[in-house]
Amino acid sequence: MPDLKELVVGKLRDRFADEFESSNEYRGELTVIVKKSAIRSVCQFLRDDAELRFDSLRDVCGVDYYRPEDRFEVVYNLYSIPQNFRLRIKVRVDESDLHVDSVTPVFSTADWEERETYDMYGIIFDGHPDLRRIYMPEDFEHFPLRKDFPLMGIPGSLALPRK
Amino acid sequence: MTVSARDSKTKILHALEDQDTNVTFDDPLEHDMVLNMGPQHPATHGVLRLLVRLDGETIVSAIPDLGYLHRGYEKIAENCTYHEFIPHTDRLDYLSPLANNVAYALAVEKLAGIEIPERAKYIRVICAELARLASHLVWVGTMAMDVGAVTVLLWGFREREKIQDIWDLLTGVRFTTSFTRVGGLAQDMKEDSVAAIRNFLDAFPQSLEECEKLLIKNRIFIDRCEGVGYISREQAINMGITGPILRASGVEHDLRKDQPYLVYGNLDFDIPTYTDGDTLARFYVRMEEMRQSVKILYQALEKIPQGPVNANEPKKVLPKKERTYGNMEELIHDFMLVNFGINPPIGEVYSAIEGSKGELGFYIVSHGEGNPWRLKIRSPSFVNLQVLPLMLKGGMISDVVAVIGSLDPVMGEADK
Repeated sequence: MPDLKELVVGKLRDRFADEFESSNEYRGELTVIVKKSAIRSVCQFLRDDAELRFDSLRDVCGVDYYRPEDRFEVVYNLYSIPQNFRLRIKVRVDESDLHVDSVTPVFSTADWEERETYDMYGIIFDGHPDLRRIYMPEDFEHFPLRKDFPLMGIPGSLALPRK
Repeated sequence: MTVSARDSKTKILHALEDQDTNVTFDDPLEHDMVLNMGPQHPATHGVLRLLVRLDGETIVSAIPDLGYLHRGYEKIAENCTYHEFIPHTDRLDYLSPLANNVAYALAVEKLAGIEIPERAKYIRVICAELARLASHLVWVGTMAMDVGAVTVLLWGFREREKIQDIWDLLTGVRFTTSFTRVGGLAQDMKEDSVAAIRNFLDAFPQSLEECEKLLIKNRIFIDRCEGVGYISREQAINMGITGPILRASGVEHDLRKDQPYLVYGNLDFDIPTYTDGDTLARFYVRMEEMRQSVKILYQALEKIPQGPVNANEPKKVLPKKERTYGNMEELIHDFMLVNFGINPPIGEVYSAIEGSKGELGFYIVSHGEGNPWRLKIRSPSFVNLQVLPLMLKGGMISDVVAVIGSLDPVMGEADK
């Protein structure tokens, strides 16, 4: 559906002129990168737009690119059931400021997904109703999916019985 | 343990020691009670833990607690080559390992730009549908057992056993199949497995009907399911629910129809949809889905063409092991693929299939290396479980097991 892709990009570009960063297509999948300050309003707009109707958020995840600038990305995988169309929205997050607006008020499904992203990457979602770890123990101090976390784990990071 | 973690533990200990921790109630009936359920509980389907706040027998609120089966598969994937990760996918949704293999292989092929032969596509459809049947059979058994009908569990497992025998013939393994390869399959489907599948399909609808009769003519079962664990159409969409739960709430959405992958576009089948949104509707959707799977399997066996099952892309697809012993080219490719991997181009893809529990997707970021830079598993059980507090709120404590059963969560997948 090439026309729908153009429509999505065009609408986002018009509505969010300052926050729209870039868009690309790879293997037929459309990805749009926006500024992180706009993520909640972008999601709100895509959900409520009468033509697009991206009514379900399928996935939120973090990626650690391990680069000096904009180290992390948060990826939102949206799906429009009426249009049968999938769209990927990405925001870049720098290590110095790990705060991103939560989209849980727009899509309830983001609740656990954002908790998982926080648990694995330490990205803090502002406005999340209950941001705590979901898989790892509450008092765990590291973020396991970051690239500087070793595969074998960090000795002593999980309490073991003493000798 | 680091210093601050130790500090916080000492603080908690002091708080407990310094305060009076005795709790007394004048009238226990006037107070809420918090009940812990799981993680070792026969009706939570694995290691799901649930905290419920009760007012008498009514549920005020509930919080699921995950992570008891967290094995860090996403971290492991970043340190495996694409081929090495295939056995790990078996252990995600361990009730339908073949469907996970298919979903993962499709994602890697999309990333690497490999087109698999027609015959392999048909065999993968057969795999995915057999996996759906196997998974739904465990679901019908366990859910019926949770609400008190034990017979169906045994009958369901009897049928599942036949499917596992088919897997044994088809893949060589009964349970953790690891059957797909990037660019094709581990081996071709032989005549004996075709005959076994046909034998099974001929007898299966009748067994399914027997199971169903035992339940839908059972007053207790209907009373325990009807109107329990309701979720509306809007809530289900907003919560990102997929699979039978979404279709039981009146949304006709199935990736096999909406975004056909493999050869689902050539096959004729229906998407069962109910509008009630309760436990009973989810029961009917899954039962009907099994009938549709039988229909798909018959057609796939009918239409399957002859031909190779692996793509002719020697730099990306593992050669047959026998050929590596005598042929120099194959030996080199085998060596390069095993040691350095398939090195797909730099990019990112998301590919999803309609698994037995909903949309099972893999999001892969490649940096052009042999192992994925990032591999995210979009597991349907994880997302679907999120709806549990909403479904339980205001219900009765005895409905908890029926609702969990109707969600059909597999913790291997939810905890990754």
